[in-house]
Amino acid sequence: MSEMRQDIRNYIVENFLFGQDDLEDDTSFLDRGILDSTGVLYLVDHIELTYSIKVENDEMLPENLDTIKAICSYIERKQTTSAQSVKE
Amino acid sequence: MCGIVGYLNFRNGFAPSEDVMRAMLAAIRHRGPDQFGIYLDDFAALGNARLSIIDLDHGQQPMTTADRRYWIVYNGEIFNHRELREELESNGIIVQTQCDTEIFLKLFEKEGPQCLHRLNGQFAVAVWDAREKKLFLARDRLGIRPLYYSFYDNTFVFGSEIKAIASFPGLKLSWDAAALDQIFTGWSCLAPLSPFSEIKQLRPGSYAWLHENGIQEKVYWEPQFDIQDSEFKTDSETDLIEALHDLLLDSVQLRLQADVPVGAYLSGGLDSSLIASLVKENAKGRFDTFSIAFSDTNFDESEHQRRMASLLDTEHQVITVTHEEIRDIFPEVVWHCENPILRTAPAPMFLLSRLVNRSHYKVVLTGEGADEFFAGYDIFKEAKIRAFWAKEPESERRPKLLQRIYPDLQNLARLGPKYLANFFGHGLTDTAIDSYSHSIRWMNTRRAKRFFSRELSEAVEKRSADLASEAELPAAFKHWDILSKAQCLEISTFLSSYLLSSQGDRVGMGNSVEGRYPFLDYRVSEFCSKLPAKFRMRGLRDKYLLRKLGKEILPKDIWDRPKKPYRAPIHRSFFSSERETYVDHILSEGSLEKSGLFNPKAVSMLTGKIKRGLPVGEIDDMALTGLISTQLLHEQYVDGFTAPEPLGAKDDVLICDSRRKVSQN
Repeated sequence: MSEMRQDIRNYIVENFLFGQDDLEDDTSFLDRGILDSTGVLYLVDHIELTYSIKVENDEMLPENLDTIKAICSYIERKQTTSAQSVKE
Repeated sequence: MCGIVGYLNFRNGFAPSEDVMRAMLAAIRHRGPDQFGIYLDDFAALGNARLSIIDLDHGQQPMTTADRRYWIVYNGEIFNHRELREELESNGIIVQTQCDTEIFLKLFEKEGPQCLHRLNGQFAVAVWDAREKKLFLARDRLGIRPLYYSFYDNTFVFGSEIKAIASFPGLKLSWDAAALDQIFTGWSCLAPLSPFSEIKQLRPGSYAWLHENGIQEKVYWEPQFDIQDSEFKTDSETDLIEALHDLLLDSVQLRLQADVPVGAYLSGGLDSSLIASLVKENAKGRFDTFSIAFSDTNFDESEHQRRMASLLDTEHQVITVTHEEIRDIFPEVVWHCENPILRTAPAPMFLLSRLVNRSHYKVVLTGEGADEFFAGYDIFKEAKIRAFWAKEPESERRPKLLQRIYPDLQNLARLGPKYLANFFGHGLTDTAIDSYSHSIRWMNTRRAKRFFSRELSEAVEKRSADLASEAELPAAFKHWDILSKAQCLEISTFLSSYLLSSQGDRVGMGNSVEGRYPFLDYRVSEFCSKLPAKFRMRGLRDKYLLRKLGKEILPKDIWDRPKKPYRAPIHRSFFSSERETYVDHILSEGSLEKSGLFNPKAVSMLTGKIKRGLPVGEIDDMALTGLISTQLLHEQYVDGFTAPEPLGAKDDVLICDSRRKVSQN
């Protein structure tokens, strides 16, 4: 989890905040104006590629994607579900 | 077209000097390489660089009145000069030349500043009253032609371009933090600010008197909408279309007057196609059209341009611009623009005017202004949609309308309503605030300020540019509908300060090419000011009435085409090369630390991201262009300004020194 958290954090800081790292795990990207609409889509690309998951359209919600914490738990949920479906 | 310069010395400043004028004029040589004129007396120095278009053999400046009281230097065109001449002559006033400069002078002598209301044109002018010892300065209504000034060491210095003022002995430039804040919010800074603290610009549609006790400015024209005029009949759409047709035709005809051939730009869209068609209706003989094509197909519109050109049977000339050419010409373009720019779009326009110049054309007609006055931009639709949605903020259906106006952002559809609500719902219900229509755009652009250095951030910390309040909008603005407000805001914060400057005057005059804009005839804008909103934009149908006119003149695939904004590639242009270029140098830690404007670590993260081929967003592109152009300007204008070689023996210079006599070399 902490590795994932670090990776998401680095991704946001490097690509959208350009080094400005006053970002907490529960800082809202929307409230702080960190991402624009294409930024969210790039973030989704990054998550899909790095964590081998597919973000469905109806999962593109601030609840899943708007903080580091939300993203990590979303990815974990997805990975658990897909691991279960593989087992089944 | 021309350029003007000058300075006044009231107390212990610089004595008027021919050498200083030769240096200042040399800096704007590109604006008028054909002839130069200098006037000098004990208090004033005036200079003019002339590009001869009307009455090629006469009209050399500075020009004076019979009593030698008023001396004029003038940059521009008065398109209704024939009508004004007749009127002057019927009043017994003798007009000696065919030149519009003389018309301005005689009219000014007769009426004073009131004469500005009667001019249909694009100009910046300075008139020295040698008797009363005061200087009159003025700009055309929409600020098509530029005029800057500076108070320096007890001297008042003015000029068509900043580089002329920067050529004044000893005058050094430094950045204006408030102007940078405006630029990194709305793409340009607003008069009276210039990017440099020492230099101000005269507002569009205003004039000023400069005398021993200071400067007094007055606005004589502002954009208006929602004007009720019982004479203006709007019950018949057919009549309105016909009235618009007559008006545009007359506007085009006035702008075809020149003693040199006149060409036109073709972008492939409705506006320039309409203008070119109206020219064709009137042109006798050869008619050349000019277009920009891009090697990068994402930006290319050449298919539509070719179709229009062949339909009009013009001599069509195209310049195909590559990424590398944009990168390589960019420093020269920035030198001409004199402003940090957040788009590379001016670069191809500079290459286009070079093609025009090499084709021996000095004048082109273009479609600028139609989107502003007839309501063509997506940002106007965005404002209407947001205002509609604001009436039912919980609606999930209403924000989906936004997907219609951003078809390029198809991915937006992937984002659910909650995201849309967040991105476009900012300040949703504040529909009454002045900046409503532009607040999302400005909020997004402001992200580029993340690259500001700590010093620059601190300098602008106490302010966050609110362009709507800084633009000094017309008093009636608050009473207008949402569309009219959006249009006025676009006109007041963007048209003159960016579009007519960095994509207009500077990139045209940089190659001695004069742009003329039939849609910016003040009669056309006043027509629009009386036109009810439904004829400008009906529902989300932009340029409603103009398209109706287009339907009568143009093929369907042109008049009915959705607007495609003119843009040029950015990161692929600046980072198209494996080898090092000036871009690497200008964005290096050393260069960034020297200017002190940007944070080197942040900049290297941005360039790293681009070089690694990661996705680059809109704001990244804007920031990148802003960084490069600002850093270039720092080298060119702030760190070490190198004034061009002064006018020399080979130049055709008329010197009128009232302390001596007239001489020419």
